Formats: sequence, C-alpha cells, structure tokens
Amino acid sequence: MSNPLPSSAQAAHFLKTAERQRTQDWLFHRLTQVFSLMVLLALAGIIVSLFINAWPTFAKFGARFIWYVEWDIINEEFGAAIAIVGTVASAGLAMLIAVPLSFGIAVFLTETCPVWLRRPLGTAIELLAAVPSIIYGMFGLFVFAPLFADFVQVPLREILGGMPLIGFLFGGAPNGMGILAAGIVLAFMVLPFVASVMRDVFEITPPILRESAYGLGCTTWEVVGKIVLPYTQKGVIGGIMLGLGRALGETMAVTFVIGNANRLPTSLFSPGTSIASTLANEFGEAADFHMSSLFALGFLLFVITFMVLALAKIMISRAEKAKGF
Amino acid sequence: MLKFKSLVAAVGLTALAATSWAADITGAGATFPFPIYAKWAEGYKAATGTGMNYQSIGSSGGIRQIRAKTVTFGATDAPVSGADLDKDAMVQFPAIIGGTVPVINLDGFKPGELRVTGPVMAEMFLGKISKWNDPKLTALNPGKNLPNELITVVHRADGSGTTFNWTDYLSVISKEFADTVGKGAAVKWPAPTSVGGKGNEGVAANVNRIKGSLGYVEYAYVKKNNMNFMQVQNANGKYVSPDDLTFAAAAAGADWFSVPGMGVSMVNAKGDTSWPISTASFILMYKNPADKAASNEALKFFDWSFKNGKKMAADLDYVPLPDSLTNDIRAKVWSQIQK
Repeated sequence: MSNPLPSSAQAAHFLKTAERQRTQDWLFHRLTQVFSLMVLLALAGIIVSLFINAWPTFAKFGARFIWYVEWDIINEEFGAAIAIVGTVASAGLAMLIAVPLSFGIAVFLTETCPVWLRRPLGTAIELLAAVPSIIYGMFGLFVFAPLFADFVQVPLREILGGMPLIGFLFGGAPNGMGILAAGIVLAFMVLPFVASVMRDVFEITPPILRESAYGLGCTTWEVVGKIVLPYTQKGVIGGIMLGLGRALGETMAVTFVIGNANRLPTSLFSPGTSIASTLANEFGEAADFHMSSLFALGFLLFVITFMVLALAKIMISRAEKAKGF
Repeated sequence: MLKFKSLVAAVGLTALAATSWAADITGAGATFPFPIYAKWAEGYKAATGTGMNYQSIGSSGGIRQIRAKTVTFGATDAPVSGADLDKDAMVQFPAIIGGTVPVINLDGFKPGELRVTGPVMAEMFLGKISKWNDPKLTALNPGKNLPNELITVVHRADGSGTTFNWTDYLSVISKEFADTVGKGAAVKWPAPTSVGGKGNEGVAANVNRIKGSLGYVEYAYVKKNNMNFMQVQNANGKYVSPDDLTFAAAAAGADWFSVPGMGVSMVNAKGDTSWPISTASFILMYKNPADKAASNEALKFFDWSFKNGKKMAADLDYVPLPDSLTNDIRAKVWSQIQK
C-alpha cells in the first residue's frame, strides 16, 4: 500500500494546478461578462443615437408628434399617429388570428396527435418560421391579395357592410390590400413562433399531473384548461409576446400588402402604413428634417416594443403572485 | 444627423477601400438610371478592363455621398440647383433620358386608346375626378364607353425620381396640384382611394391587379409588362404616345444651358411630338476633385458610354443623349473639371 498523503512535490503540483484553474475561471467569468455587457452597450447606443438623430423633430413638434395626424414631406409636417395606428392595428389583428390558431396547433400536437405525425407536423411548423419575410410579402401581394379581394373582401362587404355599428369596418375599395390583409399575412408569419413555443412549454407539463387528471376522468379539454395552461402560463405569455414583438417590427411583408397610404385607416379594408414600412419606403430618399422624423418614428417603435415586453413581464409576475409562487 | 452622415461616410469608405485595389470607378445615387449605368459599366469593363461600381441608393443618397466625397460621382434624378452646385464647387450634367407614363387597368380598351390632358390627370390624382365616366373624361374620349367605375390611384410608396418627374409635370400643368401637393421624390397623395406600391414593379403589379386603377411607371415597365397606358396631350395640344421618339423630341426642344447646372426640367416640353413627362438623370462631380486620377477615369467612362452606349440605352428603353448635346457637355462642362 502506498502512502495516501501526497509528497511535497506532488502538493506543489496540485497547488499550481488549482492556481491555474482559478485564473482560468476568473478570465472566463470576465470574458463572458464583457460579452453580455456589450449587448447592453449596443442597446444603449441604439437608443441614444436614435434619440439624437430624432431630436430636431421632437424639438419642433414635442409630444404632439405622437398624436399628430399628418405626414407631409413637402411641407415638412410630420406626425406619427398614422403609422402608430397602422402598426398597432395590423399587429393586433395578427395576434387575434395567430394566437387561437397556435393554441389549437399546440394542443393537437401535444395531446391528441398520433405519435407518427408529431415529428413531420412539428418540423413543418418550424420550417414556416424559416421562410424569409420577403417571400411572405411577394406571396401576399401576388397570390393572397387577389384571392382575398374576390373571396373575402367582396363577400364580407356584401354581407356585413350594411350592418349598423360594425358596417363601417367593411367599407372601402376591395383591392386586396390594407390593414386586414397585412394582419392576416402577419398572422401566418408569427404563427410558427407562437405555436412552437406553446408546444414546447405544453410538453414540459409533468406527465404525472396530466395522467392523474386523465385518471380522474377529465376530458382532454379539461386537462388542457385546468392542468396544462395554468402550469405553462408563463411560457404561453412569453410565446405570445415574442410573436407580437415580431409582428410590430415586421417590415418587408407588411410593406407589400398594407397599401402604403399615409392616411388614418377608416375600415379594415382601407390601406394604411406601419412604422417599419414607412422607414423601409422612405429612408432612401429622405434628407434633413424628413430624415430626423423617420428616426423619431424608429425611436417610437423601439418604445412601443419595450412597453410590450415590460407589460408581458408585469403580467407574468402578477400571475405568479396570484398563484402564490 | 452628423453621426448618420459619418456612418454613411464610413460605410462608403470601407466600400471604397475594398474596391480601390482594382482602381474601379465609384458612383452612387439615383435608382432610375441604374439599369443603364450597370449595362454601360459591363461594356466598359469588357472594352477597357476598368470596372465601374455604381450603388443605386437613391438620389438624395447620391448627393449625400458625393458631398461626403466617398464616391467619384453622384447621380440624381432631380437636378441640384445652381446655387448649391456653386457652394460645393460641383458640376452637373445629364447622362440619360427617360419618361414616365400613366398606366391604367380598364377592360375593353387597347393601350393608348384613351386620351387625357394634363389638367384632367391632375384632378384624377387629386381625387377630384373619382370615376372613369366623369364628364371631363368622356368629353376627351368621344364615342368611348367609359365604365362607371371608381378610379384607384396607385403611386410609389418609396421616394423616387419617377415620382419627382411625375409630380413636377402635374405641378407645372395644374396650379392646384402645385399648391396642395407640390413636387418631390415622395409627396402626400390626397386621393382617398390611393394606394402605394414599392418600386416601379410594385406600382405595375398593383395596377395590373386592381380594376379601375391609374398609376405611373417608368416607360421600360410599360413595355416589359405590356401595360395599358393613356395618350397625353402635350404643350402643343397634340396627343402623343410614350416611346423613345417622343422622349427624344422632348429632349431636342430643351435649352440645356439656359439653367445653371443644366438642370432643365423637360416636363411639358414644346414640340408637336414631345412626350410631356420626360426627364433627364444627372451626374454630379467636383470641379477640383481630391483624387484627380479617379475623376479622369469617371470622365473617360462617360465619354466611352456617350460614344458607344447608345444601342445599350435603346435596348433598355432609355433615350441616349444626342451627339450635339454630348459634345457641348464635353466642351462646356467637363472642361471645368481640373484634370
């Protein structure tokens, strides 16, 4: 049997190794810290440079810029209201369509889908997320818009256009473009994100909870509503907000189908414009004051997205408190 | 603003640094002449071995770039004023001519069958004439059965030289359009039905899709997409169709050196066969360039293109400048640039 205590030479060796490892750890820690701080720095840099470039506009119009309904490049009268309304309306419509659809897809995939179909269907949805947005735009303009005009807009206008209170929503020329068309195309763009996040979080519900519920005689609907959803609430809200964030900032696809008219939309069919599409359209030829107004729009989009994220965080923490976590 | 400029300059500089080893000519600006500049560059490279790198970033971008001295020449569709040229010590000359055409989507009419005057077209784009069977339109087209359909105005959503040319014409022809809308690369379109398309191809796609629509595109897109267009009455009261002959006729009537910087507007040009919505696209260069060798190379490029690039221009439905004009440009404009 050899001596269990290390010799002094060995001890020195171990000490050295420990020293080296500590230095390595320290370096690694600092390095990763620098990486993450760079993200913060970039974020702050973007906000500051946006604000500096937007300053001439904010200085001239003040807070009125936010609700001023005008976008007149020649006379240099700029307001963000038209673009904000278009952005929020198209993204809101997109979420109205995408969230129920995604929920259905996720429930089907995790609860009732035959096992052999799960993988191909799940992969197909993830592939939908890989389609570049310009493709959605071109598809929207050349394929979807004509069909939408003939088979959705015209019938909707005929049936609902004359109704009191909601009839005005379906007025306007049925040319296949506008707020609703943009909302529908956006819905299909954000659907894969929301659906795959929902599926992933539904899957992490512990089988023991689910099986107990089924064992007690719950229907699938009851299991989803009473077990899966409460358990995964945080992830579901996160997925929806991810989709909403993407819908708010989407540029190319919206530019193709929203109609690009600098007017307040009066119905679901009327053309409008979003912040991102205005930026994409006008940046190339903008100068001086027009340029700073575009920067101001960009700054507002940043603020809106930030508010959406903050709201999501608040909702999640409230929900957790209510559950007593 | 300043920060953005320096950013643009930095990006431009890196682009310059990346290409300077090949001693390529660099230019940036207008999107309207991009296809022909690219074609000329291809031909020039084959003939001389020197390349020309043109970035079609838009006219205002081109002006910004040449002011930042990141490119050897800038290109713009709307001419820069004489005072601004003097301030920057730059010269300006036209390089290519083209035209903008009103296109429509109405069943039962052949291309060029319908006629319109400038003032009536201005009212259509203002939204004051909202139906195709408006008395003002039927009066111009006797015997034609114009339908009781809404006019959907289709315009460019992005800022462009085409819109500048179009609004320049409507502003010249209609005081009301000049007062309420004005001319520019992007304007506020007042017609309640108006929708915007991105790029010429976006406008063409929308017009082809929407029944009863009226838009404006560069001539090349009319030919390429086989679109229905309207004949327009010119300054001499004659109705003309757009083609290279009527564009050339408009150019022939222009008195180029009557305006400093040759910034002549060709809209509503006199002459029986002149197309009233023709335009030139311009080149900007420094009189005393920092890099004289590069500036000489650029002049050689345009010299070659003016001499050998006429067929290429015609193939792409542009109108090359007449020899008399290019000779004048060599003698009166290029002579101001220090060699």
